[in-house]
Amino acid sequence: MGLTDMQAAEYANIQVGAMLRAIDVPPVDRGTLALFAGASGDHNLIHLDIDVARRAGMPDVFAHGMLGMAWIGRLLTDWAPQSALRRFDVRFQGITHLGNTIRCSGTILEKLEMGGERCVRIGLNAANQYGQTKIVGEALVALR
Amino acid sequence: MIDRKWIGHELPASVLPIERTRLQFFAKATGQPDPVYVDADAARAAGYPDLPAPPTFLFAAEMDSGVAFRMLDDLKIPIAKVLHGEQNFIYHKPACVGDTVTVRSTISDIYDKKNGALEFVVKTSRATNQHGELVAELRSVLVCRH
Repeated sequence: MGLTDMQAAEYANIQVGAMLRAIDVPPVDRGTLALFAGASGDHNLIHLDIDVARRAGMPDVFAHGMLGMAWIGRLLTDWAPQSALRRFDVRFQGITHLGNTIRCSGTILEKLEMGGERCVRIGLNAANQYGQTKIVGEALVALR
Repeated sequence: MIDRKWIGHELPASVLPIERTRLQFFAKATGQPDPVYVDADAARAAGYPDLPAPPTFLFAAEMDSGVAFRMLDDLKIPIAKVLHGEQNFIYHKPACVGDTVTVRSTISDIYDKKNGALEFVVKTSRATNQHGELVAELRSVLVCRH
């Protein structure tokens, strides 16, 4: 297990600066957005109908912010059980367009005690294939 | 300009039953391959009573109920001008299939930047289960582009 591929997290073994195993998501297409609209309940047509998107001044439909956050959620629950997740905060910095291939990554920023639990603070990032950051954030995960 | 009178306004409650097929659909839509999120036996083996709602799922409560969209209507914000700026979750207790989660939100702030070219609406929410236990706290920042 190298520093850049750290799974099965245990507090004692974790080093600040270590990275979670990144998640690579297939290119965003219209089908992805249609499925996510249904599953998330967000039926805003700006994500589904190019005519609506163009009337709003966008070149085409684009991904729901919450779809990107769900992908980052996968990164976190791949690394630690969801029951250990205490906080999950993101800021949406850029629009994820059709054809974007998003990589979600996380870095251990800090080991700390919080509410009587040993936790790690994780820096989060989602960027496309051109290195443009779309989402940044942080999570707090409790560990044994 | 969004009327600042809405600061402090409480939105109607949204009730979201956590259903297995919906969570399986959410897993499919988000490319989630982890069996904990699609297979009840795998979820039980991981210590959950049934499939857990994934970390961002509770956002669906006010989508399904329409409360999020009615809020935009009330605030006279055209949906085409809205972007999601920030989203926060604080987790207290898992929500699993069979639970019914109720989300109650308050418009906690409205402010602008760039001389009003951008306006921000902050909504804070509490999600409780059918036993009245706090499941999660949510905070959303919506950005209105003028």
